[in-house]
Amino acid sequence: MVEHGDIRVVRRGGSKINFRQPVITNDSRLLLCASGHSVKVFSTSTEECVHELRGHTDLVTGVVVKPSNHLQAYSCSLDGTIRLWDFTDGILIKTYDIGYSIYSIHTSAFHKGVVFTVTSTISDKKSESFQLVAVHLPQSGDQLVKAPELSAVISDVSSNPGAIVFGRGGEYIASANGLHLEVFFFKKQKTYRFFLKKDTKTGGKNTFMCVAAHPKDDCIATGHEDGKIRLWRNFNHQKEYTYSTLHWHSNAVSSMCFTPEGTNLLSGGVESVLVQWRYNDVSQRDFLPRLGAAITHIAVSPDGALSCTSHSDNKITIIQGIKVSAVLQGLVTGESVETDLMVDPRSKALVLNGKPGHLQFYSLKRDKLLYNLDIVQQEYIHELGLQQFKVVKVAFDASGNWMATVEERKQKDAEQELNLKLWAFDEQTQSFVLNTTVADPHESRITAMCFCQAAASQTTMLISASEDGHFKAWQLRRLAPDDGPSCLCDFVGAYRGLVPHCCCFSADGSLLAVSFQEVVTVWSPASWELLATLSQPPKAIRNLCFGRLSCSKYLLGTTDDHLLCCWNLLTCSLEWSTSMDISLLLGDPLTENIAAFCCHAGSTDLFVFKPSEPRPVFSLKAVCSGKVTHAVFAPREEMLESCEESSQWLNHSQLYFLTQCMDLMTFTTKAEEEKLMASSKQLLIDDSVAMTPFYLLLGKHRKGESGAAASGESAGRPPLPQGSGAVKELLRTPAHVLPSTSFLCSMFVKSLLVSVGDASEESKPAEEEMESEKEEEDSEGDMESSASRPERGSLARRSAEPAAPPLTKAQLRELRRVKKLDHSWLTGLLRS
Amino acid sequence: NLNVPKARNRKIQMGEFKVHRIRFFDYMPSAIRAMAFSTRTERLALARADGALEIFNFSDNYFQEKVLPGHDGRAVEALCWVGPRLFSAGLNGEITEYDLENLRPRYTVDAYGGPIWTIGVNSQGTLLAVGCEDGTVKMFEVLKERIQFQRNLDRQRGRIISLSWHPSGTLIAAGMMDMIRIFDAETGRATHRLVVDRGAGASKSKEVVVWSIAFLSDYTIISSDSAGKVQIWDGLNGTLIRTHLITKWDVLALSVSQDESSLVAGTSEGTVVQFQFLSSTVDRLDKDWVRTRTFKNHSHDVRALAHTETAVVSGGMDTQLVVRPLLDKVEKNTRESAIRKVSFPHRSLVCCAKKAGVLLFQFPDHLELWRLGESDGYGKPGGSLPVKRGPEKLIQLKRKGEDHICCSALSPCGGWLAYSTVTSFRLYRLLNGSISICKVSKLPKDLRPAHQLCFSTDSSKLFASSSNSSVVVVALNEPECKYLGTLKAKYGCRQPVHLLSASENGKWLATANTDCEVHVYNLDKLKLHCTVPVYGSCPTAMAIHPTTSNLVVVHADQQIFEYSLVKKEYTEWSRRLQKQGLHSLWLERDTPITHVTFNPKNPAHIIVQDLFMFCIIDKSLPLPEAKNVLYNQMTLRSLPEPDRVLHSHGFKICKDFQHLLCVSLLEDHSLVVVERPLLDIVSQLPAPVRQKKFAT
Repeated sequence: MVEHGDIRVVRRGGSKINFRQPVITNDSRLLLCASGHSVKVFSTSTEECVHELRGHTDLVTGVVVKPSNHLQAYSCSLDGTIRLWDFTDGILIKTYDIGYSIYSIHTSAFHKGVVFTVTSTISDKKSESFQLVAVHLPQSGDQLVKAPELSAVISDVSSNPGAIVFGRGGEYIASANGLHLEVFFFKKQKTYRFFLKKDTKTGGKNTFMCVAAHPKDDCIATGHEDGKIRLWRNFNHQKEYTYSTLHWHSNAVSSMCFTPEGTNLLSGGVESVLVQWRYNDVSQRDFLPRLGAAITHIAVSPDGALSCTSHSDNKITIIQGIKVSAVLQGLVTGESVETDLMVDPRSKALVLNGKPGHLQFYSLKRDKLLYNLDIVQQEYIHELGLQQFKVVKVAFDASGNWMATVEERKQKDAEQELNLKLWAFDEQTQSFVLNTTVADPHESRITAMCFCQAAASQTTMLISASEDGHFKAWQLRRLAPDDGPSCLCDFVGAYRGLVPHCCCFSADGSLLAVSFQEVVTVWSPASWELLATLSQPPKAIRNLCFGRLSCSKYLLGTTDDHLLCCWNLLTCSLEWSTSMDISLLLGDPLTENIAAFCCHAGSTDLFVFKPSEPRPVFSLKAVCSGKVTHAVFAPREEMLESCEESSQWLNHSQLYFLTQCMDLMTFTTKAEEEKLMASSKQLLIDDSVAMTPFYLLLGKHRKGESGAAASGESAGRPPLPQGSGAVKELLRTPAHVLPSTSFLCSMFVKSLLVSVGDASEESKPAEEEMESEKEEEDSEGDMESSASRPERGSLARRSAEPAAPPLTKAQLRELRRVKKLDHSWLTGLLRS
Repeated sequence: NLNVPKARNRKIQMGEFKVHRIRFFDYMPSAIRAMAFSTRTERLALARADGALEIFNFSDNYFQEKVLPGHDGRAVEALCWVGPRLFSAGLNGEITEYDLENLRPRYTVDAYGGPIWTIGVNSQGTLLAVGCEDGTVKMFEVLKERIQFQRNLDRQRGRIISLSWHPSGTLIAAGMMDMIRIFDAETGRATHRLVVDRGAGASKSKEVVVWSIAFLSDYTIISSDSAGKVQIWDGLNGTLIRTHLITKWDVLALSVSQDESSLVAGTSEGTVVQFQFLSSTVDRLDKDWVRTRTFKNHSHDVRALAHTETAVVSGGMDTQLVVRPLLDKVEKNTRESAIRKVSFPHRSLVCCAKKAGVLLFQFPDHLELWRLGESDGYGKPGGSLPVKRGPEKLIQLKRKGEDHICCSALSPCGGWLAYSTVTSFRLYRLLNGSISICKVSKLPKDLRPAHQLCFSTDSSKLFASSSNSSVVVVALNEPECKYLGTLKAKYGCRQPVHLLSASENGKWLATANTDCEVHVYNLDKLKLHCTVPVYGSCPTAMAIHPTTSNLVVVHADQQIFEYSLVKKEYTEWSRRLQKQGLHSLWLERDTPITHVTFNPKNPAHIIVQDLFMFCIIDKSLPLPEAKNVLYNQMTLRSLPEPDRVLHSHGFKICKDFQHLLCVSLLEDHSLVVVERPLLDIVSQLPAPVRQKKFAT
C-alpha cells in the first residue's frame, strides 16, 4: 500500500447520478448532481455535462446551492469536507474541513454562515445512528479552512437526506426517522415529537420515508411506507397537532417536493408515476406516468419552471410543466451484468447490459451514454416472475466491424430458447445492424464466446462454447463484394464429452485454447486439429488467458482450487504455478500485462504481472470489499507517460472493474489526477472578502484604494498594475456577473493610461507583488511531476493571451519566462 | 361456533353449567336519523328511523338513560334542545315536544307547511325556526308550556332542507335545492342568495341538495351538499370562499364544535371528515378551514353528527352510535381516549321465565315467546351436546295501535305476560304450557301505561312503574286482578323508574330511577323500607340476593355495591371492594352491566353480564390486585397450574360468548345465553354506496 501510494481506486465515469437529489440552479439552466467523487453540472436544455467539479476524495453525498449566493454551491462528501464551488465556471472556491464523514447537507436562507450536515454519532453501538449538526463556516480567506464549530441540533435522524427538510424560510427543521417526526423551531429552540404506530388496523405500514415542507404555510408533508401522504399542521402544539391523509401510491412514497409557491406537491415512488397534488384541493391530482423506472428523488427549480426526477436506473428526467423535456442517462448497472464488461474497439465505449433486452454503449471518456442498442427486439413487459429474453453474452471482433450477441430465455416448463445474433457495423448509420440470427446455435447454454482477434485474417471467426459439450467455430465471410456477408458453422469440436467453459484465442489468431473442465485443449484454427492438451487436475479451469507480445508463448489459467498456472506453449509444460484464489484474470490487449483480481478475506486484491517475470508489476491490497467478477481494460486515447515503475502498467489502458454493489471503479495515478485537477480551473485569491470574480474585482479595487489612503501617498493616482489585473479579470469574467459598464468604464480607461512621471518607481513594488504571485503559481507547478509540464505552458499562455495591447512589464517578463521554460523542457527531452 | 344454524338452540357443557346458546333473537336496531347534543346537560338526544328517541348521558359513561318508544306515524327528521326541553320535527309536518319524565310526547303542533326537514333554535332559546317542504321558514315562539306560531319568513321556491341561526339571532341561513338563502330574522326578508353549483358530469342535470348548514359567529357559513362538497361562504357578502370536495356521494351531516375551531362532516361513504380552523403559519392570526382527519367508523351513510368538546359522535344507517374521541383533546391511553360504539340498548330486551324455561323477546312492534330446547346427554366441558328437542316458537304477539312497545315482562312460571306502550297496558294469561293466550280484560283502573314491568317470583304479583317514580302493585288472580296499592317514595321525585327487582321471598322490591336513586319497598307493608345512599352514577342493573337479602347494584361507571336490606348498610364485602378499588381493566370496559343474577347453589356467587362477557364474582375469593393482570378464564386455563393459583381471583370472567343480550340461570341450573352477533345485523343492512376500491 505504501509503495504504491500514488495509485488510488476512484470512481471515474459511469457513477451513479441518482445517488442524491439533484439541484436545479436559480436560472433553471443548470442541474447539479452528486456523481461518485465529483459533482456534475449538466445543462438542462442540452443534456450535456458542462463541468465536473472534482476535488473530493470520497463519495459526494450532497449538493446544495448556497442560499446567500445563487451562483455558488456547497457539496459534502464522506471524506469529511464541505467544498464551495463556483459552478458556472467550475472553480473550487473553498474547502471546509469538518473531520467527520458527512452523509447529507442542508442549508436555509434563514441561517447565514451555517450549514447543517448529517454525521454519524460516535458510539460503540453496532447500529449506526446519525445526528444533525450545525456547522458554522468560519469567514476566512484561506482556501482550506477548518470548521471547528459544530453544534448538534437533532440527534437520531435518518441518513436519508429526503427525511430532513427546512420549513417556511428556515424557521424550523423537520426530521423523520422510523416512526417519529421531529420538528425543531430555531427561534424558540423547542422540539416537538410526533409518534405513529407501526401498523394501522388495516395493515398499513406507517414508517416515514420522506418529508417535504410547504414554503409558505406551516405544513409538513410526510410520505409513508404504505403509500400514504400525511399533511401535518398545527405542529407547534405537542397535543393539538393534526394531520390529513392523502392516498394514491400503492407502494412506499420515496420522494416528495413542494413547488416554490407551494401550490403543488409532487410525489413519486416505485410506480414510476409523478403525482402532482394541488395543495388547496388535494382531491385534484395530475399524473405523469411511464417515467421508465422507480422515482428516487424529486427536485423543483427555484422558479418552479422545471422539475426533475431521479430514477432507479441511474437517470434524471427533467420535466417542464407536466412534460418530459430532457433525460440525463447515466450508466445502468442493474442487479447483474451478465454480458461482462466489453469495450467496443471502434468507439472505445464500454458495452454492457442496459435496459432490459438492450446493450448500452457508454463512453467512458465523455462519461455519457452513447446509445442503447435493442438486441432482443421484443417489447419488455413489467411483470413479476415473467421470464424475458436476456442478453447474456456479447463479443466484438478486433476491428469493431462485427458484434456477436447471445440472448436466452429460460422458462419453467419450456425448453431453453437461445439466439445467436451477429451484428455488422454500418458506416452510414454509425451503428450496428443485425446481420444474421442463428436460432438455437447450441442445444444448451452458451458458456463462452470469443472472436479471433487477429487483425490480418480475411475472414472473421467466432467461437462459441456451450454446456452441451461442444464448441463451434463460426465463419463470417463476405461471399460477393456487393452481397451481404454470411455466417457459416465451420467446425464443431468436442473433447471426451466434457463441458467446455472458457475459450480464448492467441493474439495472432493461430491458436485457440478451450478448457474442458480440468483439461485445456489447444487447437489450430487453420486446420482444426488438436495440438496439445494441458491439464492441471483435479479442479476445473475457471479462467483462460493468452499472454501477449513478448509473452505470447504463455497461456495462463486459473482453477477452482485456487491455483494460477502458467503453461509454456513451446514446451507444452507448466512453467510455473502459484496458489491464489483468483476470481478474474484479465489480459491487457495492448501490453503483456495480466491483471488478476484475487479474493482474499472478504476483500479483493489486485495483482498485475507479466507472465515471464516472477515479480508482480503492481499489487494493491483491499481494492474493494467483496468479489470482483467483472473488469475490463479500456485503451486510453492518448498514452500516459509515467516513468514510475509501479504505475507504468496504466500507461496504455485503464482498468475498470465493477464492485459487488455495482459501482464502476478504476485506478488512477497521482500524476493523472493532478493533470485532471489542473485542467479544471483554480481560483487563486488572497483576500478574505473575495468570493466571486465580481467580488474579486471590487475587493481588489477597494483594497487598492484603502491601501493608498492608509499609506498617505497620493490618493488620486490610479494603481496601474492592479488595473491591468482588473482588465484581465474583466475579460475573463462572464459578462453576467460583472457590474454595470458605467461603473467599469472609468477604471478600464484608467488602467489603459500609461502613467507619467514617477510611474517607474511606483510600479516597482507592484511588479514585485505580481511576481510573487506568479512565483506562487510556479512553486505549485514545480511540485507537479513531469507529466504536467506541457500543461504549465498552456497555463502561462492562457494568462498571456488576454494581455492588453500595451504590454506591461510584468507581462513581458512573463513571456520571456515562457520562452525560457520551453527551452528547459526541450533540453530535458534531449537529455533523455 | 359460527357455523351453527342461527335459529337453533345449542347446548354446551361448560364445566359447571349447561349452557343454552341462543342465536334466534332477530333483534334489529333501527337506523339513526338525527342527533342533538346539549352541552349544558351533557345529554345527547338521538332519533331513530322508527321514531324512537334515546337520551344518552355523556357525563355518566355514555349511559343510555332514557328510551322513548317510537310511533308508527312519526318520522323524526330533526331534533333540537331548548334548554332542558327536547323538540323534534318530522316529515309528518308536526313539531313535538317530549315529556322526558314520563317518556312520552307532551304535545304536538302542526306547522301547516308540509313535511318539516329541519328545526333550529336561536341561541337565546326564544324562537324556534322550522324549514318546511313548501319553502317557508316558520318561526315559533317558545313559551313556558307550549310553542306558538309567530310568523313566516319570505317564502321561497323549493323546500328548505337545512337551516342554521347565527349566534346573534339576527340572521338565519337556510339550505335549499341548488342554493342557500340568508334571512334577516327580524324583518323576515331574504338578504342573500348563494348559488351552490351542481356536481360535474352526469349529475349536472340533477338538483343539488344542501343537506346541512352551519352559521358561525364570524359570519362564515359552512354548507354540505349532495354533490359531495363542503363549502365555506362569507355570509356577509354572500361569496364563496373555499370548496372542499370530500366525496363522490352526499355529505349529509355537519357539526361544529362549541368554540368553532373544528367541524366534522359525515358522508354517504360512512366517513366523517374533520376540518379545523388553523392559522397557516405559526405566528399569523388569519385562519383558514383546512381538511385534516378522516374517520371511517361506519359502513353506511352517516346521517347524524355531534361535535362535543372532546369527541365526534356519529350515527347513521348502520345503527351504531360511535363516539370517537379527538386525541388532541383528551389524555392519551386513558378511558376517555378509547373509541366507543353503542350497538345495543343498555337495557334488557329479553325476559326469561326461570321455572318454565320460556323466553320472551321484545321487539318494537311484537313480542315473541320461545321454549328452550332440551338435551339429555352429557359431554365434556367446552363440547356441544346433542339436542333432543329443538327450540320452539310458541307465540308471536303483535301489538295493538300505532305506539311501539316500551316494556314487557313474563312471569317466572310462564303463565302471565304483560306489555305496555305509552298509551296502553295489556296483560295476558298464557295457558296449556304457554301455547294459548287470552287477554285479561278486567284490569284495575290504576294500572296505567308503565315504564317498567316486573313479576314477583311466585308470579302472584305484578309491579308496574308509572309516573313520578311510583310503582303500582297488582295481585294476579285468575278471574280478576286486584289493585293492591301504589308504592311511592316520600318526597317528590319525578324521574322515571328504569329498573325493578323483586326479591325471591316476595318481601322486597327495589326500584331505581334515572336520578340515580334506589328505593327498597317492603311488600308486606307496601311501604318504603329504605333508600340506598345515592351514588353519582346511574344504576344499570340490580338484584336482591335470594337468601341473604342483600341488594347488589351495578352502576354505569362499573362500580359494584352490595347493600344489606336488613341492616340498611353496605355489607362488609362491599366496603372491602370500595376500599381496595376495582381493577382498572374492569373499570375501563365500555359497555354497562345489564343483568345481575345469583347462583342458588353457591350463595357467594354473583353473576353479572355485559355485551362482551359474563363474570361470576366469587365473594369468597380475594379481589384482584391492581398491579396484577386481570386474566379471563380462557387465558387462565392456558397457564401452568402454579401460575393459575397465583392469578386466580374473585372475578371469573368468561368471554366465550360475544354480543350477549341476556345471561340467565334457570331453575334446573342451566345457563341461558342469548347472543346477537353484530355480523347478523350487518348482513341485514341495505347495501352501502358503491365505492371504488384500489385494484378492483
